[in-house]
Amino acid sequence: MIIAIVTIAALATLFGLLLGYAAMRFHVEGDPIADQIDKLLPQTQCGQCGHPGCRPYANAIANGEDDINRCAPGGEATIIALADLLGRDPVPMDEGIDEKAPSVALIIEKECIGCTLCIQACPVDAILGAAKQMHTVIERECTGCELCLPPCPVECIVMIPIEEGIGNWIWPYPDNDHRDLSLSREAL
Amino acid sequence: MSATAPLTLGHFHGGIHMPDHKAESTTQPVAAVKIPPQLILPLQQHIGAPAKAVVSAGEHVLKGQLIAAASGRVSAPIHAPTSGVISAIEDHLVPHSSGLSARCIIIDTDGRDEWAELPPPIDDFTSADNAVLIERIRESGIVGLGGATFPSSIKMEARNNSIDTLIINAAECEPYITCDDMLMREQADQIVSGIRIIQHILGAKRCLIGIEDNKPEAIKSMSAAVAAASLQHTDVVTVPTLYPSGGERQLTLLLTGKEVPSHGIPANIGIVCQNVGTVYAIADAVLKGRPLISRIVTITGEGVAQPQNVYSLIGTSAGELVSQAGGYTGKANQLICGGPMMGYSMPTDEVPVTKGVNCLLVASEQDCPPPEPATACIRCGKCAEACPAQLLPQQLYWHSRSRNFDKAQDYHLFDCIECGCCSHVCPSHIQLVHYYRFAKTQIWSKEKEKIKADHARQRHEARVARLERIAAERKARMRKKKAVLKSKKGGGDSAKKAVIAAAVKRAAAKKSAAMAATDSNQSATE
Ligand code: SF4
Ligand code: SF4
Ligand code: SF4
Ligand code: SF4
Repeated sequence: MIIAIVTIAALATLFGLLLGYAAMRFHVEGDPIADQIDKLLPQTQCGQCGHPGCRPYANAIANGEDDINRCAPGGEATIIALADLLGRDPVPMDEGIDEKAPSVALIIEKECIGCTLCIQACPVDAILGAAKQMHTVIERECTGCELCLPPCPVECIVMIPIEEGIGNWIWPYPDNDHRDLSLSREAL
Repeated sequence: MSATAPLTLGHFHGGIHMPDHKAESTTQPVAAVKIPPQLILPLQQHIGAPAKAVVSAGEHVLKGQLIAAASGRVSAPIHAPTSGVISAIEDHLVPHSSGLSARCIIIDTDGRDEWAELPPPIDDFTSADNAVLIERIRESGIVGLGGATFPSSIKMEARNNSIDTLIINAAECEPYITCDDMLMREQADQIVSGIRIIQHILGAKRCLIGIEDNKPEAIKSMSAAVAAASLQHTDVVTVPTLYPSGGERQLTLLLTGKEVPSHGIPANIGIVCQNVGTVYAIADAVLKGRPLISRIVTITGEGVAQPQNVYSLIGTSAGELVSQAGGYTGKANQLICGGPMMGYSMPTDEVPVTKGVNCLLVASEQDCPPPEPATACIRCGKCAEACPAQLLPQQLYWHSRSRNFDKAQDYHLFDCIECGCCSHVCPSHIQLVHYYRFAKTQIWSKEKEKIKADHARQRHEARVARLERIAAERKARMRKKKAVLKSKKGGGDSAKKAVIAAAVKRAAAKKSAAMAATDSNQSATE
């Protein structure tokens, strides 16, 4: 009896020490949950969720301070992915937030007065320019967050929806009830 | 030496037998098409980055002149198929399953068919440097003409002599399509020259030419050409007619008994596979200096009056080719680019023929009956029996349908070659391949989004870090200034007061001096 108790106590101590050591040795910097949430956010950095960027929103979700249905650019797909990750039920999009078609900003260059305000607003440094010089958006880098629009004093920035082309086209979900590839004889 | 006897070494799983409908379009020799008034050349006719136009509207171009340059390693240049004037560079319908438009160079032909100066022929290719030959293939814009349109030069690049077998894919297994058959019947000698060039570049020990046994003329003419050229270690291998024996993996398995690894390419097991039409184009480029500006296209189906094969300039519209083949018959029901199994329907016949288009099937109701309405999967397993890639199509369908893309990938979605065997045998008439294409394009688009998001995150983090650094520097500067002020304050309060008092005194003195000056000015004017 005594031997059993002593053995178990010894084992418990041993494992306790082991776990304690492991926790110190393999300590993970940062917040892994927030990291994982951040990975699922679209990184548009638009602030529509009410947080100054995706990472702060990820932190807020991780800390239980905000719901998972606030990200407009991510839309339903992001809600589902977040619900999946966090083991929750998906919720409908927060009211008053509309999903938007992806787009990029374009500066109408001949109207730009070179005030640099848009550069200061862009969260991903996608705007090039210098004081009193014409500015331009690097299309490749623009996330379509629209943050550069309000500061522009001459309203010369417009959003251009990203067009569907053969490069980003997605096969439609099959619809077997009618022939989606049929061609009427008249068309020939 | 050559052997025409059946010599199948391997066997692939599944596959289906169908009426081949090849006889209709092989009754007459390949016809030359007259130059159409307009050619439409999409900048993207290959897998990889679209080519970049190097001409502008209004410019006159000559036949064979470079009009769009490759933009990267995986890309291919485009040449003018005949002489004429560039009328526009604009969006135009292109042959693509989406039915969408893409950027095209449009040439109004002048009918003179005047050649540009071509690079010199490399007649003695055996003493030419490999790099020179590969560069010639690259700059001639040659891509896989079997339909894959992967830039051919990349397949030729140095692999430290690790390639031991060259496979020439001449199986042409899809019903209705006969362009490779006709090419072999008529141009076997040049194909053999092409094989010698590729053999020389790759240093492969042997070459296997795989042809389905429903093409006896092609087998005969290829065997004769191989014998005449006394090509060493080159065999014409007859494979049984079974769709899809022309799939790269399936043919490799048939001819060598070796499996290409999942997610791998034949080169991983020492094999390079080239379509027979590509081989012909390579010979053209090396021996004549001619870029890829035309190809053989099969025009067939009950909807066209005289089914046949034609030498078509790249960029000729489908409608133009159909009228060359006697025009539409009353039975024309849909215009399919490619064959009945892997092709796609096109919305109009204004779509141009590109490098990868091997067949225009003007199908009647009988050729391609409308699919019957789908019913629920009865789990019969017929699809799995037919799948040449040994997948579980029913599972793939299930997961693609429910948008469970991770699961679909677990079942090797990307090993699916979209051959359509599963859809063909499904008693419930489920258009299985549509689901796979839907799932694949969804996954690609998600991957692209993820790359974009990761990039945006990095840039945002870099920006935040920079702003923080600047703020920290400013703070540090402020602190320094404060510290300097503080150290000056060293003299204590009285010193400070004295300084201030002195300043006030100075200011007052200045002021009174100024007053005096204005006073005297005023009195002077009075
Ligand atoms: S709403 Fe904008 S800032 Fe917020 S998580 Fe979504 S993309 Fe990021
Ligand atoms: S905010 Fe408007 S005016 Fe100012 S630099 Fe940007 S685009 Fe030009
Ligand atoms: S063939 Fe059709 S019905 Fe049969 S298991 Fe496959 S998908 Fe289901
Ligand atoms: S389409 Fe894909 S799943 Fe269907 S039989 Fe062909 S390879 Fe197999």
